[in-house]
Amino acid sequence: MSEYLIELKNISKRFGGVRALDGVSICIRPGEIHCLAGENGSGKSTVIKVMSGIYTPEEGEILIDGTAVSRLDPIMAVQKGVQVIYQDFSLFGNLTVAENLALNTYLLEGRSRMDWPRAREMAREVLARLDVEIDIDAEVETLPTSGKQIVAIARALLARARLIVMDEPTTALTGHEVDALFGIVRDLQKQGIAVLFVSHKMREMLEISERLTVFRNGKKVAEGAMSEFDEPAITRAMTGLELDDEPYEPEIPADAAPALEVEGLTVSGSVDDVSLTLRPGEIVGISGLIGSGRTELARALFGMENASARRFRVAGKDVLPRSVQEAISLGIAYVPEDRLSEGLFLTQSIERNMVVSILDRLRRGLFLDRDAMRGKTEEMFAAMQIAAPSPETAVGNLSGGNAQRVMLGRWLLTGAKVLILNGPTVGVDVGSKAKIHHIIRDLAREEGVAVLMISDDVPELTGNCNRIHVMHEGRFVGAFSGAEMTEDAINDSLKALK
Amino acid sequence: MKRFQSTEAVIALVLLAVTVLIGLINPAFWGVANLFSLAKANVVIGIMALGVLLIMISGGIDVSFPAISAAALYITVRTMVALDYDGVLLPFIAASVIGVLLGAFNAFIIDRFKMIPLIVTLGTASIIRGLVLGLLGTSIVNINKMPDALIEFGKQDLTTVTAQNGATVGLTAMILVYLAIALVIHIILRHTMTGRSVYAYGGDPESARRAGVNTRRTIFFVYCTAGLLAGFAGLLHSSMIWQANPRDFMGLELDVIAAVVLGGASIFGGRGSVLGTMIGVFTLVMVKNSLILMKVDTTWQRVVVGMIIIAATAITAWRDRKKLA
Repeated sequence: MSEYLIELKNISKRFGGVRALDGVSICIRPGEIHCLAGENGSGKSTVIKVMSGIYTPEEGEILIDGTAVSRLDPIMAVQKGVQVIYQDFSLFGNLTVAENLALNTYLLEGRSRMDWPRAREMAREVLARLDVEIDIDAEVETLPTSGKQIVAIARALLARARLIVMDEPTTALTGHEVDALFGIVRDLQKQGIAVLFVSHKMREMLEISERLTVFRNGKKVAEGAMSEFDEPAITRAMTGLELDDEPYEPEIPADAAPALEVEGLTVSGSVDDVSLTLRPGEIVGISGLIGSGRTELARALFGMENASARRFRVAGKDVLPRSVQEAISLGIAYVPEDRLSEGLFLTQSIERNMVVSILDRLRRGLFLDRDAMRGKTEEMFAAMQIAAPSPETAVGNLSGGNAQRVMLGRWLLTGAKVLILNGPTVGVDVGSKAKIHHIIRDLAREEGVAVLMISDDVPELTGNCNRIHVMHEGRFVGAFSGAEMTEDAINDSLKALK
Repeated sequence: MKRFQSTEAVIALVLLAVTVLIGLINPAFWGVANLFSLAKANVVIGIMALGVLLIMISGGIDVSFPAISAAALYITVRTMVALDYDGVLLPFIAASVIGVLLGAFNAFIIDRFKMIPLIVTLGTASIIRGLVLGLLGTSIVNINKMPDALIEFGKQDLTTVTAQNGATVGLTAMILVYLAIALVIHIILRHTMTGRSVYAYGGDPESARRAGVNTRRTIFFVYCTAGLLAGFAGLLHSSMIWQANPRDFMGLELDVIAAVVLGGASIFGGRGSVLGTMIGVFTLVMVKNSLILMKVDTTWQRVVVGMIIIAATAITAWRDRKKLA
């Protein structure tokens, strides 16, 4: 018996001209909880697909149980016990738990008859093995995310998994659900099943994993027992940067009037009596789980929700914006979470995407003033350091970081004094992320813009904000600033939520 | 399984409510003669609806089946007339095979070119109609030329009663054919992996592929089976009305889709059942039948069918959205 369940040796994989994996190695022992860490674009997803036989590497060797496998394909990977649980779980929402669990097995066995009693029995057995209680006759789409994840794990078990790869498993889970998941994972370990977590959430990974492999830009940059690492060391390995830990300290004149003053903001069903004051130059963070009402809060401030407030004072006026147009004219700007669906026109040029927010100001008679348009765009194109051949490039061809900067540029053109950012660096690579943070800090410090930053990424908040509110079930349940505003404090506060 | 039952229960309640309402408005509804004719009207539409049900569960839609039915019945009957052949079994096999081939053509285009089923079947419907009329002509084969064996087959009654006005009315034996087909489709959908693959594919095609569902086979299965049922139903219709009309079933797709949606199938795929569909068909046929009894103009019946489609779709869409939330 080999020491390792699966070993990848010097694997390289290219896509066109891009080297997604450059001679990486990773080995996993039976029954081990291993963490694969890396930023977006580091090659994590590619290596999972190599392990599960979806991609064939150009170079390198794959050993399973010490034996070299010449061409691993998806079916062989499953036979060897490699199971991948993707973020979307690949479950059938319209079918019951029992059927979801049995379907793969039946298809694999090449059955022609749907054996319902056996399906339900299999489901009961495997869920008992995981020591969880889920109604096997419930349709999967009625389950919460954590329940779906358990079904996905159970399905992997039924496929006789020896290694379960979980892609960002904790993203949509609450603190308690994460603890429950970790309990299950430790049980799996006792049954001799190895688990590979693919994640960039270091704190959670430190808690559960035994060994760590870190990727950066398609190369392995660190590996070893988890005990050899602490959080800063992992972050350093992931980013290759000594991250600037200096917190953001705004310089606010004592007599400055608040840029935005909100009291008792309520959106039926999602935001409950929230009060918030933003002074010019401040960057205020909002942390909270998905569904905490943070996005609805942002949308309400931008006139997109049917909200009510006891007091809503912006730009020196007491007025609650009722439409996006009104919010823009009051100097509020909103960069949404999902910039692809909520913000950008992907097939249109950078220029058109940027000036769309100020078209009425660029009008000359019935027509648009093309020179003014070009001038404004060039200015912002440079200020945002967008890496593209020209402002004529279609936004759909840009990377996440550049697309996000187009979005920022669009709103800065409106001369906004209140900037609301929802997940400003989701899907953005490390270098670009630092650049965006830099731009945001400059805007606040030098232009006196008041920024409200909503993010899942706690270090992003603690690194850039001078105050942070924790939101839960539509309310602010905690506020942090100064020395108390640490990642630990905020993570603890998030974990305590149900 | 809980929801599985409750959906049908809701449709059955709707049916009950409509029945009571219609019975109150028009007591003639409860006459045996009317009930028998109602049963008869269910057969052809019901068989077609079962095919459409399969396609809708898979997340697709088919508007070409009336054209397939018309083509199958007309080609078969014209060939029989030309060859002076008389019989039942072989013609029904021929009509079914024609249906399967046309369904396979739909499946091929949908699978090979990853095209939207609505557009594909709109196109094939037009092509099939055009080819049949262009190549075989437009003349209707009437009772005087219809093969006798087919007429005799279509005339079979299970039982007859004599109405008050002296006319005898029968309960068509074709209802048994319909019930048998429904049972087979039910068993396939509920108890075979082929059937469950249709639900899986309709629920999430990508996950189905990852789970090991042969998606091409699934697509061919649903469109070929729907074609088979359409071809079969076409000739059955012909033998029941003693006539073969190449222009038959124009606009029927709307009625049938309305019935299937009314029966609880989701326009988004992944949901629907044989029992629900049968109740949906019954409800729709009954409503139309009652409109005729009440002497409502056929043009106004179109309005009612349209409203049923929108209302039923709205309700199922609302149901599915609620589930997702």
